[in-house]
Amino acid sequence: MAIFVDKDTRVVVQGITGRDGGFHTSEMMAYGTKVVAGCTPGRGGQKFQDKVPVFDTVREAVANEGANTSVIFVPPAGAAGAIMEAADAGCKLVVCITEGVPTVDMVRVMPYLKERGVRLVGPNCPGLLAPGIAKLGILPASIVKEGPVGLVSRSGTLTYEVVYQLTAAGLGQTTCLGIGGDPIIGTNFLDAIEAFNADPATEAFVMIGEIGGDAEEKAAAYIKAHVKKPVVSFIAGQTAPPGKRMGHAGAIVSGGTGTAAEKKRALNDAGIPVAERPMDIVPQLKSIWKR
Amino acid sequence: MNIHEYQAKEIFARHGLPVPPGEVATTVGEAVALAGKFGLPVMVKSQVLTGGRGKAGGVKFCKTIDDVKENASKILGMDIKGHTVRKVLVTPALDIASEFYVGMLIDRTSQRVLLMCSAEGGMEIEQVAKDKPEAILKLPIDPRFGLLDHEALELGLKMCPGEVKKARQLATAMQKLYAAFLAADASLAEINPFIFTPDGIGHAIDGKVSFDDNAMYRHADYEALRDLEAEDPSERQAREANLSFVKLEGNVGCLVNGAGLAMATMDLVKYYGGQPANFLDIGGSSNPEKVVNALKIILQDKAVKVILFNIFGGITRCDDVANGIIKATEMMTIDVPIVVRLTGTNEAEGRALLAKTKLHPAETMDEAVQKAIALAG
Repeated sequence: MAIFVDKDTRVVVQGITGRDGGFHTSEMMAYGTKVVAGCTPGRGGQKFQDKVPVFDTVREAVANEGANTSVIFVPPAGAAGAIMEAADAGCKLVVCITEGVPTVDMVRVMPYLKERGVRLVGPNCPGLLAPGIAKLGILPASIVKEGPVGLVSRSGTLTYEVVYQLTAAGLGQTTCLGIGGDPIIGTNFLDAIEAFNADPATEAFVMIGEIGGDAEEKAAAYIKAHVKKPVVSFIAGQTAPPGKRMGHAGAIVSGGTGTAAEKKRALNDAGIPVAERPMDIVPQLKSIWKR
Repeated sequence: MNIHEYQAKEIFARHGLPVPPGEVATTVGEAVALAGKFGLPVMVKSQVLTGGRGKAGGVKFCKTIDDVKENASKILGMDIKGHTVRKVLVTPALDIASEFYVGMLIDRTSQRVLLMCSAEGGMEIEQVAKDKPEAILKLPIDPRFGLLDHEALELGLKMCPGEVKKARQLATAMQKLYAAFLAADASLAEINPFIFTPDGIGHAIDGKVSFDDNAMYRHADYEALRDLEAEDPSERQAREANLSFVKLEGNVGCLVNGAGLAMATMDLVKYYGGQPANFLDIGGSSNPEKVVNALKIILQDKAVKVILFNIFGGITRCDDVANGIIKATEMMTIDVPIVVRLTGTNEAEGRALLAKTKLHPAETMDEAVQKAIALAG
């Protein structure tokens, strides 16, 4: 079991003919993900690696190949449009890897998705990987392992670091999910935690936050009220100076809010241990998890 | 990206907001000439990319030409929170009967542009939010319909009860500010204060705009608005080299792939008693040129006593990264020690390559950070 994906996940890759899109599509397919179609306007009728049909529109990919999920690698200028196209064509899950999507574009996208009941992951995220089931995005398959731990994070490589440590400690994962570092994202911590809490295969989970916004605080309140499964957290950016964007568009301490200290306090108040160092996450999870 | 008050006001004026005339001076002589042009009294206002200009003495009311001379010479060259004043805005001083705050920003919670307004104008809105949160009216704007006439008018009337003429002017200002916000791809736009003169006419006498860095590609004209003198030279070079970089005060130079891991690395340096010299995300590439650019930027800072690479090889293989680092370090002379931590795909091969060099290898983040701090002395 996993969250958001299953054996019936059939993927169309938007931007499949681009350099990154092509490379990561190969990686997804190598992992066993059902990539049933690609979409690049003007390339309809071609085949990706002689196997996967490419269409001009997502609607054709859905109609002809039964795609129900989209993974997007198109450049920032077209990313918001690509998300809306996938939603309008009937994809119920859209994963947008693209970094650098203008924020006002995402403001327009959100109500469009809500009206159509579509789940978005990202943008500016590594996507998700459900070991043994499917890989949607760019998380490296070599570091994951099937098992009972759920992981949700706003980061990319920091996620890999923690997954690597979990796997090395023999703790496999149900789903590793990177929700993205932008101020406006589809799936947030709360959505992921609700899903992990409801997933019978997920016995414990890890939440990796960072400075900026108050998503971690909201997740903490939800966990305190509703979650019995063991949870450990980590917050990146304690040493970040205020007002400076730390790489991710959303990672900025503004007006004295969104600091690591505030987030840690909220998590601790909710009874959630916050690891001081990334290497403390696994030992802390083991210490509170009575298997 | 942040811009100056005078630049924000130019954007406001283009969208029909009532901005008083004003021009920028870089010398006392120019300021005096502008005061003559606009007529006394005038305001002389420092143009720096930080708040608290008034408190620092960087905004002055001038009744006479002698006042202009005295204040312009004091303000030009003044240091405000580490920013040197190089320009002043000279603008007619208006008689203020009442003042208001009207601002907009991207709100993560509602995932909309959030309109905030308050009859407590002229103060820093963060302070009002702290002391008197009920004085701030908020409305998340539905992107499908924009800011509707009745929504804006209702807010105007809450701020000016019983004064429909003023409420209408505030409402119009809100709608024009929203148009400006969208057209400019702003992440923040505020008029503070929006004032009424005793004749009941509204004026946007101060303002602030920040642009969304993600949208810079569709505003080629914004590059001309960038104040290169106000930017840290190393941050400017990093921006031009397409690297995400923030300069800090320590001596451990950090090169990390990924923003989250870069932040976590800085935090770990601090945890072990060291001080990071910077935040730098070199991205997923193993391109030696990118590494060279990053090293050049970091090594300009003479405080840097050690370089710390923390790379998690996911899709990018560790042996590729190792080769990139080795090539880059061969392309330049580096006289500080370099610690390299490589983990992930092909880590054994990557480490074997490093073993043949003078670089200090490390297996874990903790080991790498502790080694780097020890080498920094």
